Amino acid sequence: MNLPSPTLLAQAILSGIFVGALYGLLGLGLSLSWGLLRQINLSHFALAFLGAYLSYQLATVGGVDPLVTLLVIAPLFFVLGAAIHGLLLRFAVTPLNSLLVTFGLTVIIESVIQWYWTADYRRLASRYADITFRAGPLFVPLPELMTVLLSVSLCVAVWATLRYTDLGKAIRAAAEDAPIAAAFGVNQRTLAALLSGVCAALAGAAGVCLALTYTLTPSQLYAWIGVVFAAVMIGGLGSALGPLFAGIVIGVSEAITMALTAPSWAPLVSFSLLIVVLLVRPGRA
Amino acid sequence: MRLTRYAVVALLVGIMALAQQASAAPSGPPVRIGSTLALTGPLAATGQVHKLVGDIYVEQLNARNGLLGRPVEWIVKDDQSKQDLARTLYEQLITVDKVDLLLGPYATGNILAAMAVAQRYNKMLIHHTFGIPSLATYDMQFPAWSLGPDPATTFPNTVLDALAASPKPPKTIAVVTSKFPSVQFVAMGAREVAKKRGLKEVLFLDWEFGNREFGPIAARIKDANPDFVWVGAIGLEGNQLLEAMKKIDYMPAEQFFMYPAPGPMVKAPEAKNALAATIFEEHAPFLNNPGAAEFVKTFNERAAKAGLADTAVETQAAASYTAWQILEAAVTATKSLDDKVLAQWLKTHTVDTIQGKLRFNGPSNYGDDLMRVKQVQNGRWVVVWPPEAAAPGAKLMVQ
Repeated sequence: MNLPSPTLLAQAILSGIFVGALYGLLGLGLSLSWGLLRQINLSHFALAFLGAYLSYQLATVGGVDPLVTLLVIAPLFFVLGAAIHGLLLRFAVTPLNSLLVTFGLTVIIESVIQWYWTADYRRLASRYADITFRAGPLFVPLPELMTVLLSVSLCVAVWATLRYTDLGKAIRAAAEDAPIAAAFGVNQRTLAALLSGVCAALAGAAGVCLALTYTLTPSQLYAWIGVVFAAVMIGGLGSALGPLFAGIVIGVSEAITMALTAPSWAPLVSFSLLIVVLLVRPGRA
Repeated sequence: MRLTRYAVVALLVGIMALAQQASAAPSGPPVRIGSTLALTGPLAATGQVHKLVGDIYVEQLNARNGLLGRPVEWIVKDDQSKQDLARTLYEQLITVDKVDLLLGPYATGNILAAMAVAQRYNKMLIHHTFGIPSLATYDMQFPAWSLGPDPATTFPNTVLDALAASPKPPKTIAVVTSKFPSVQFVAMGAREVAKKRGLKEVLFLDWEFGNREFGPIAARIKDANPDFVWVGAIGLEGNQLLEAMKKIDYMPAEQFFMYPAPGPMVKAPEAKNALAATIFEEHAPFLNNPGAAEFVKTFNERAAKAGLADTAVETQAAASYTAWQILEAAVTATKSLDDKVLAQWLKTHTVDTIQGKLRFNGPSNYGDDLMRVKQVQNGRWVVVWPPEAAAPGAKLMVQ
């Protein structure tokens, strides 16, 4: 086996960080709803793609800057997320059943996307797409850099909110023991609806990043499920920073695998890491 | 005088009869043709092209008196891009819907599933774009995509012939490919052909179909710096690799993409001079083939109306139209709907189609390899090789 050049290796690691940050951003909302609401929300991926298509639509047809579309998509998805939570609450859906129900929602949202935007490929031609920075022999594309910055900012903001604010403490308390938290005046229902809305808004933010960096097609949403689930489980359920760290570890590991060996081995990386984590720290997921 | 009068009356009656025949609407019970298509799921982008072509063809067919004077009814079901569902639905088309004839689904995996059902019921199956001829072992299947029986050898030779005739023939090659079956085996063939022709292979790698991240693959190609890259890409993969190479400011001197999504690729600035395979493009000499110009015009209009992102006719739409042309030619010539009679006729005759004359008397009922090399030039695809199929004045451009 020929050793790769340092430039190739460094560029591959950069690619891994970029895609890993997106794994982390996609995993953030999923991790919160799974860990704190006990809802395994598969429709999170469909919402992310819906967000991506809305961003594409607003930017392409409406001429809105893709980053500005976030100001429309985040509040809209917050409402949508709270509504989905209301639906799950109304029928007292258990965690396992939430997986099935939200899978159904995923299929419905995918069909809606395909009905409106067709199954054709859609590429958002933003003014950021052609901007690439150079750091010596390495290249840093702006859309990917924006994804990393947005992902890190949102993960840190959510982490800080959960850790340092009364609201965050109340959410964690309700997740830990809802009846006791209620006895201390925590309105668990409202907080759960709020958190669901935030998770959906985070899916929308991930969608904007997807639109900035990838060509879209409705069925592509399924390609992300396995690896993001692995990032969430490795990072820890309910954790805000865990999926980001795990996502970057997976992304970089995949990228190094691709640089050193056959790229077809890369998909094995995330699940091998997951198995190792489950063996070493079985209580993690 | 009386004789003249009779002659005039006879002439008028004759003209009226002819006019009536020309404008006769098909009548009687419909000829039912059954298909499934990937109208949803990962293959839907191309599935909807086949659906539109089928709709256009059936309308045209019924406007010219249907098949055997009977109207044609096309029963098309959504196989959701799933092979198991395609199998079930073809079973249903034969046993429940009791269709007279079958047309294939899209794509290779689903066609293979449908072929097994057709074989079980001794039904003829004409299919659009089946990618692995060696797997088409059923005697009564007929391909509309003129790949030839051994595309893994014939087509790489066509591409390398084109490059050898260019001002800068490549000396080194990188072969990178998706593990998607119908592109992978041709990529393997390209390796063999390149070796026999004396090209030095500086890189080979493959990735799983559905791969999301092409950054490291692009970096490896840049590191190897070949004169020519053979990309065994299907669908969006070609664009994803191009985008990844652009992000690291790299463009190979020459690059060939096996089956890219033609619309997105031709629109991408980074795809300048990219090569790909085709059987039909919207220019002469293809437009001189029977029915081609009219079909292209209709398809362009209807595709725009249907909101398809790519409204051009290329391999998929052309193969789809060809499948219907094959079916119509066989039924019209034999005046029969009997699968065995139709299959026998096809094996012993050629059919004029929009991609050229097709024959079905080779291995696996494949005829000649009519695959051409096209290139993105000034924002459009033009065929550049072989010379007899090239667009007027078009030549292969090198970086």
